[in-house]
Formats: sequence, C-alpha cells, structure tokens
Amino acid sequence: MELVRSHVLVCGGTGCTSSGSKQIIEEFETQLKNFDIDKEVKVIQTGCFGFCAMGPIVIVYPEGSFYSMVQKEDVAEIVEQHLLKGKIVTRLLYKETVEEDNVKSLNEIDFYKKQHRVALRNCGVIDPENIDEYIACDGYKALGKALTEMTPQEVIQEVKDSGLRGRGGGGFPTGVKWDFASKSVNDQKYVLCNADEGDPGAFMDRSVLEGDPHSVIEAMAIAGYAIGANQGYIYVRAEYPIAVHRLQVAIDQAREYGILGKNIFETGFDFDLEIRLGAGAFVCGEETALMTSIEGRRGEPRPRPPFPAVKGLWDKPTILNNVETYANIPVILLNGAKEFAKLGTETSKGTKVFALGGKINNTGLVEVPMGTTLREVVYEIGGGIPNGKQFKAAQTGGPSGGCIPADLIDTPIDYDSLIKIGSMMGSGGLIVMDEDTCMVDIAKFFLEFTVDESCGKCVPCRIGTKRLLELLNKITDGTGTLEDIDEMETLCNTIKSSALCGLGQTAPNPVLSTLKYFRDEYVEHVVDKKCRAGVCKALLSYKIDADKCKGCTLCARQCPVGAISGKVKEAHIIDTTKCIKCGVCESTCKFGAISK
Amino acid sequence: MENVNIKIDGIEISVPKNYTVLQAARMANIHIPTLCYLEGINEIGACRICVVEIKGARSLQAACVYPVNEGMEVYTNSPAVRKARKANLELILSNHDRKCLTCVRNRNCELQKLAEEFGIKEIRYDGSSDPVFALDQSSPSLVRDNNKCVLCRRCVAACANQAVSVIGLKNRGFVTEVGCAFDAPIFETSCIYCGQCIVSCPVGALYEKDDIPKVQKAIDNTEKHVVVQTAPAVRAALGEEFGLPMGTPVTGKMVAALRRLGFDKVFDTDTSADLTIMEEGTEFIERFTKGENLPLITSCSPGWVKFCEHNYPEFINNLSSAKSPMEMFGAVIKSYYAEKQNIAKENIYSVAIMPCTSKKFEAQRPEHSSSGAQDIDASLTTRELARMIKEAGIQFNELPDEEFDSPFGEATGAGVIFGATGGVMEAAIRTVYELLEGKPLENLEIAPIRGMDGVKEAELTIAGKKVKVAVCHGTKNAKALLERVKAGEKYDFIEVMACPGGCVNGGGQPIVSSEDRVGKDIRVERAKALYAEDRSAALRKSHENPVIQTLYDTYFEKPCSHKAHELLHTTYTKRNKF
Repeated sequence: MELVRSHVLVCGGTGCTSSGSKQIIEEFETQLKNFDIDKEVKVIQTGCFGFCAMGPIVIVYPEGSFYSMVQKEDVAEIVEQHLLKGKIVTRLLYKETVEEDNVKSLNEIDFYKKQHRVALRNCGVIDPENIDEYIACDGYKALGKALTEMTPQEVIQEVKDSGLRGRGGGGFPTGVKWDFASKSVNDQKYVLCNADEGDPGAFMDRSVLEGDPHSVIEAMAIAGYAIGANQGYIYVRAEYPIAVHRLQVAIDQAREYGILGKNIFETGFDFDLEIRLGAGAFVCGEETALMTSIEGRRGEPRPRPPFPAVKGLWDKPTILNNVETYANIPVILLNGAKEFAKLGTETSKGTKVFALGGKINNTGLVEVPMGTTLREVVYEIGGGIPNGKQFKAAQTGGPSGGCIPADLIDTPIDYDSLIKIGSMMGSGGLIVMDEDTCMVDIAKFFLEFTVDESCGKCVPCRIGTKRLLELLNKITDGTGTLEDIDEMETLCNTIKSSALCGLGQTAPNPVLSTLKYFRDEYVEHVVDKKCRAGVCKALLSYKIDADKCKGCTLCARQCPVGAISGKVKEAHIIDTTKCIKCGVCESTCKFGAISK
Repeated sequence: MENVNIKIDGIEISVPKNYTVLQAARMANIHIPTLCYLEGINEIGACRICVVEIKGARSLQAACVYPVNEGMEVYTNSPAVRKARKANLELILSNHDRKCLTCVRNRNCELQKLAEEFGIKEIRYDGSSDPVFALDQSSPSLVRDNNKCVLCRRCVAACANQAVSVIGLKNRGFVTEVGCAFDAPIFETSCIYCGQCIVSCPVGALYEKDDIPKVQKAIDNTEKHVVVQTAPAVRAALGEEFGLPMGTPVTGKMVAALRRLGFDKVFDTDTSADLTIMEEGTEFIERFTKGENLPLITSCSPGWVKFCEHNYPEFINNLSSAKSPMEMFGAVIKSYYAEKQNIAKENIYSVAIMPCTSKKFEAQRPEHSSSGAQDIDASLTTRELARMIKEAGIQFNELPDEEFDSPFGEATGAGVIFGATGGVMEAAIRTVYELLEGKPLENLEIAPIRGMDGVKEAELTIAGKKVKVAVCHGTKNAKALLERVKAGEKYDFIEVMACPGGCVNGGGQPIVSSEDRVGKDIRVERAKALYAEDRSAALRKSHENPVIQTLYDTYFEKPCSHKAHELLHTTYTKRNKF
C-alpha cells in the first residue's frame, strides 16, 4: 500500500452526492495536482457520515478536521492552506468543533457524542469500493472465523445469544429465524437480503450499502454457512443507483478474492450472490412479496404459513434479513454475543440506526443504543427543533408506524416500548414534527402513501384504506362528522385484523395512533371547523389586520387570483370567496398584518 | 394420511393433516363463507371473507389457506370474525356495480348470495368507485365487464390453469384491474375462448357474447327455415338451470323446449359426431397405415385448435383435418339437407346449441363456409338456451319427452360420449377396430381412457399392430403431453379437449358456484349422464348409424372422398403467440 501523509475523506453518500460531493472530489484532484502534492495526499470517497444536514462533508486526516457544507469553490483554499501549508481552514470547520482556536474531536460534538456506530462502523471511514480497506478494518475475519472455527449450529447459537432482532421492522429474533431454516431439510436453500427500503424519508439501508457493502456480503455468506445455503440474492431498489453500483463492485471484488464462489477459504463451502433490482413497489419489502418478485412475478404477498424458512423462494427454505441486520452479524461473530448484548435493553439488544428528519436541526443518519430515549435523540443528537418551535410529535415506523406525542418523549426507543405506545420501530425512519404540523394531515399523508402502494390483492387493504382516506379527507375538508371518526376507528380495526400481509395490517396505525393521542384535533376539525396548525386549507381563512396594514398594495399585487383589494395607503381586505389560501399574501406582507 | 385433532367452535374433530381450516370446518358441518376461493384453482386468501379466529394468531386468518395443526382452536363465529367479514363484504360492495336486476348473474351470483346471507341492509363505506370501465366485447365469444369485477382472481387462475394466461392484473391498489397485457382487447391475444374464466367468475364480470337476439330474429322471420342442433354435453347439464340434480339427462325435454321455441327442425349433433368418427377414423387409418403425420390429434374442440394454432403451430399437420361435429353438421345442412328439402341455403338459418363459448368463434372462422354460405349462423351456449326457455315461459320440468327430427335425429352411443373426456377416442376406437379387424369389438367401454386423470393412455392391438393412444383434457395437460411428444415420445392418436373434463365442463355450461362444487366433481357427475345414455343406446358404434350410412351411400360416396373433403374437412392457420 502506498504511503501518503494526508487523507481527504469526502462523503459519497446520496445526500452529499446530490449536493455536489462528486465535483468536490474532482476539484480536490485537480487542485492537488496544481500544487503538486497529489502523490502525498489521497482523496477517498466514503459512505455516509450521517450528518447530512451539514453536507457536503470533508474530513482531513490525520488532523481529523471536520469541514462542513463545503463548496467546490472552497477546495482550493483547503488544499493550499491546510494540505500545503498546514493551516486548518477554521471558517469551514463545523462550528461546534471549534472552541477558542482548539479543534475538538468529532466524537465530542453533540451529534456524535451519544451515538454508537456498530452497523455504520465503516460508513464514512473506508472507501466502500475498495475491499482492501474493508479487510483492513477486520473485514471477512468473521466469515473466516465461522468457516474455520465454528459449526453452523455454533454460528446460529451465537446470533441467538446476541439477542439480535430483525432491523427491518418486525423485530423477529434473527437467530431463531436462522435456526428454523437450518432445520428445514432440502437440497437447495436461499439467503436473501431485503434492501427494498421504502419508508418515506428512510435511508438507513441505503447508507450501509453505499458505505459498507462488504459487511452485508460477509454476513450473507455467514448466514449461508449457518443454514446450509449456497446462493443468495440481494433485492435492492433500482432507485438506489449508487448502492447498486457499489454492491456490484463489492461482489465482483469478493469473487476475485475467492471470498464468494466455490470452496471459500478452502473449507469446501460454496456461496455466491446476485443482485435483483426491485422496481420500487413498497410492498416488495414484505418478505413473501419480495420472493414473488424475485421469482419474476407480480410482487404480491402470499398468506403464511408456510413460512419462508420452510417454503420460501421457489418453494425452497429461505431466510430473509434486512441490510442493517446483516451489518451487525460480523461484529457479533468477531466480538462475541456477550459483547454485542451489552448495548441495548433487556429485550432489544444492540443499536438501531435512524434516519432523522422533519422539523429538526440535525437531519441525518444516527445510530444509537436501543433504549435511548426519544428526548435524547431529538434534543441532544438532533439539536432540537428549528426556529424555537415546540416539539409536537415524532413519527416512527413509517407508514406502518405511529405518532408519539410530546408527553411520551421520554419513552426509550426499543421494539417493545414502541409497540406498547401504538407505534413501532419499523426500519428506522424518525420524523420530527413541530407545532405547525396538523396530525390529521399527517395521518392522511401516510395513508395516501399506503393507498398508493397497496398491491390490491386483499379487500381490506385495497378498498378499506381507500375508504379510510376518503373519511380523512372529509375531516380535513371540514365536512366530516363525529360519526365519521367512530367509523374510521371501526374500519381501522377491520383492516388491522383481517388484511393479508403486514403492510395492510399496519396501514391504519398512523390513523389509530393519531386518534389515540390527538383525538381532540380530529374533533376540532369536525366540530369547530378549525385546524390549529393551519395546514388544512379548507378550514383556513386569511384575514388582514386593518390596524397593521399600511396599504402598501404588495399583497394585492402578489395575489394570484385577485382576491385582495384596497386603496393605496388604506387597509386592504381579502375576498374569502375568491381566496385560494395559497399563503402568498401572508409571506409577502412586511408588516405582519396578514394571518390565518 | 396422518390425522390431527383440532377444535372448531368447540367441536373436536380429527382431520387429515394436509387440510385447511376451511376443509376441516366443512367436515364438521360448519359453514364458512368464501368468495375468492375456487377449490384446486384459486386458493389465495385474498377476499378475506372466510376469515376465522385462530387461538394464538395475531390477526384473523383466511380459512381457505390456513393449514390445520395439532391442537389448533378455531372460532368461526366470534364477534370479531362476524364484524370483519361483514365489513369486508361491505367494502367489496362499496366498489361494485350493484345493478343486480339487469345483471346476467342475477340470482346466480355468489356476491349477491353473500350479501343476503350476511343480512347487508346498508353499505357503510360508500365512496368513490373505480372509473367506469368500457366493456371488452372485442371477441366473438366473451364479454368482460370490469365494473362488476370483484378482483377475486378466479378467472386469472382459471386461465393460468389452462396454460393460456392471457389475463392478469394491471395496476395496483384501488385501481387494480384484470385485463390483458398492454391493454390489448382480448381479441388480439392468444385467448382460446374456452370460457373457463366465465364459469369461474362468481359475479357478472364475464359472460358469453349474447347471440339470442339474432336467433330470435331468425325464428321470427317466416322466410327462414331455422334448424337447430344440440351437442351431447348440453343435455347432461341443461337441467341444472331448472333446478334438476346435476347429471340428470334431459334430452327429451330439451327437444320439446326447442320445438316450442319455434325452431323448425331439431337435430342432434350426436349424429354428426358419428360422421366425424367416420371421417376422422378413416383419416387415422390412412395416416397410420402410411405412418404419416402421427400422432393424429383430434380437432373437435375449437379452444384446443386455437391453442394449437397459437402455441404449437408445428403440430398443425397432426391435427385431424376433419371438422368438428358442429361444423360438419353445418355444412351438411346447407348442402345435402338443403338440396333434399329443396330449400335455398340462403333461407336456412343454422343454429347450434353448444356447451362451449369457443364454438361462437369457430362458427365465424372463414374456413367454415364450404356450403357456400357461413355453415353455422349462430352458436348458443347451454346457458343462453336456458335463458331463452325461461323467457318464453316454458315450464321446462313439466315438458314431455320428445324425439329429434329426422333425418338427423338418430345417433349412436358413440356420438353421445363425445361430450366427456375420452369420448371421442373411445368412439373412434370402436369404429377403427371394427373397420380394420372386420369383426365386432367385444368390450366397448375402454376404461383406461375414461375418468378425470389429466393425461390418460392406452395401448391397443388392432389388426396385429400396436396402437398407442393418449387422451388429455384441459389445455394445460395438452401442453404437457405435446412437450412429451416433442421430446420424442411416440403416440399414434391423441384426443385433446380444451376444457377440463371435456365438453361437459365447457365454458358455456351452467355455472356452478364454488360452494356447490364442494364434495362433487361436476365433470364426473355430468359425464355419468352421457355414459348412461351410451349404455342404453341401441346402437353404440358410429359406423352402424343408418343415417350416416345413407349419407355416404347417397351423397358422400365414402369417408374421405373428394366431396367429403370439400364439405367435411378444414384447414388451420398458424397464429401468433403474442
């Protein structure tokens, strides 16, 4: 390996890539050549650092300088000042890392302090397209250990002992799943990876695949050894081009190194992997639908039993785990189940990655030990709510999850606590909402998603969710009745109890949980015809405060439908019959005279 | 099979280990309603009408697919179950075109029956419905009305069960619909018009193209001499439309009804089935002797012929060039009969009552106008005939038994059994054996080719030579058999019927609800009526039919003569698969 004096790590995650990190890398290469130090400094594209709000992110080692929101124009300065002259460019450093001219370590800043990166251990650390970097970080050591020192049953036992539960949402104990499949007698078995991440706003699996694809490959080979399978498929969304590319590069490299293929590590164990692209249907993340899709048929769930461990892909015993679950496996085997189980709660071991989004300062990817409270995630890691607004609720579990109200903010985040309060872990989407969020509207948002993504096979999901949405629409339109609210609840329970698959059964959760914690908002919409968050347009009316209005005419000129009239320097009025409630007037008024 | 002990609604019962909860409940005489379930064809647990509570399960489970296991406790009538079933039914109804009064399936609709059973008085969930779908009337045989479709997928499964699979699901969620790839009308696909989708549909989303008006118009036209022929399988099932038990033969009443409907002559397709055997049997003897184009494959079933043209054009030369009995009859009526009766063929209107929807297509094929006019003017299904009888106010069950008209009223038992799978082969063997051996065949009933096995085989020795025959029914089985032939397996003679069970279970036959199919095989029940008629027939071999003998003596000279070829044989066309 060549020796260089400095490493420049540029985030190549999807977030930073879309804000120009690729051009930044090119610029670094150009500038390094300009200053003739391209032999001494190496630029590496890594996976996601997690701190997406501050992207594009560049870290320079050995100093560990954390440059945030770097633009292409800043690169020359970093190269000349920092890399050539050894002067850190303080103005570009993430503000929290600078303390009276001292540069703090990344791990001391709030965003990273409480995090514990297990699944994301290599993301932002190594070059995902270089197998040697993965190997240098103990990569494939766990596979070697499993193949040469452990029996398949011992591997399963280790996974069982670790207490690892499925990170895709269901939380089923991974070791138990493997055990079932290992006990199914068949000449052909399959190991599948679910990388069909589809929850709105979630990008945990995507980041693992983009930042550390080898960890998934290694884990799948271990799983293959454990259950007696020699073929695996990774079902990944075609909308994740970077992940697909890096995964393919990684598979090719692993094959080249003899880590995939025949007679791995000369132990006689064969295992190979193929990528299958999903066309983006949300339901294909459901295990039986995913298998049906791999088989080349319309991606739709089928009833269980038989369970995949008995009859899965092409009717053969199959295990399916999600990306993040797999990413934990090598760590469990290398450090031991005991070590892994030290993190987390009694029934939820290890860590969980969350995609933190919504009304929060530090949007990004965070990995915290199970049992961390919602408050810690929102206020300490997430940096609180922007613009001094109030925290109203957090949504976990995506379209299958629920909303957690402010008074439950001290709930520890683990599988069972979340279920208990009517939400679920889901795959790890965590959307924070502030006082400007209407909870009826949020329920509607998630339900619209499910209605759109329902495969249409079973009646409760196909028609039930549609009817539920229609009832919600009545409420946000101001035409709902109190009976409609009861009707919704009944319908929710029908769908929950009788839909065919998990997607359908959990589809009413956003409605049920908001009804549980924010019923007064529903009632307000119905009885008072009022949306306190000012979101539901049908229930809004804009008015001009005559005392504040200076008669500047700006609002009247901006109004797209000519609903505002008034003479110059006299108070204006809004014709509510014409008003389309677009809000342009409110945002253009310089005197704060217009309100909802 | 090992048994397991389970408890359903408190009743302890021991059931085979491979049973579903639905099967187990039926064994315990507990009724669980179903909608998307069609035994052996569509078992997907989609409609959620059959949900039950299973102790320990997280949610309600579909009884039709949930396997039993030892110690299981099932509740089929708990408040949760009743609530969910009713809500799901209301949801289906909320998106259904509920114009029952004008629906072809009024009073024979599984959805309507469920609504009645569940005591639905109002539909709580009325909301937007699907866009109004245009009817697909592109084919001469079937009509699809997606406004009535409940997305149970029984038609899709039935189509796949025929190895045709031209229909599938389009879009997803609330806007899912059943249709053909690329939104093509059914006419542009390789649909074989077998109508198995129609007889699988629980509601009125699929039905045959209604040809009753044009037949009525012809009857009402005094200038027209309207003749009608009825296929063997019709008499075995028509009674079901009038409440008679499945398998009741109603030949005499059917003839009486047809006469009262105003048909000028009522003939028996069995007669022309005998003619078909003479032509096809002779064709077989010729090919077998020369060893050419073997195996000879029967061509009576228009669905099968179309299937072969689309999917196995390499076997077109193996198809018997003999027309189907319906088409032979059509040609004979507008030639021989017209001449004999001195009626201009333009003034003859020839109607066929068939258990089949594909016959409507066959009747329109341009090849079938060898008499100089279209040989068959209209082909009606058994169901359409029943509707005509009902509309005319004819009290079917009270009718006296009447005889077919001469000259085409006399048929043999061989012609009758055409309606069941294996029948054509059995009839052919009866004749071919005697023609080649010159002595009577002792045992007329050839057991190995009867019954409901998908592919049946027999090896016979005729005139010192081994003849290997195979019989299959359902185009899926035909596909399997042809693949074996392609792989080198040798047969001399193959019978194929497009519909499972043969014509008795044709796509034009009375529709039997999913529930009424339980515990009986409609194919077997209806076939019984035909085999009984064969057994009691005075003549049981086609070549002994005096009508046929007269036909050859006075008109065709001999089987496969030049004239016979002109009128009684046909050609086939290679068709695209997509």
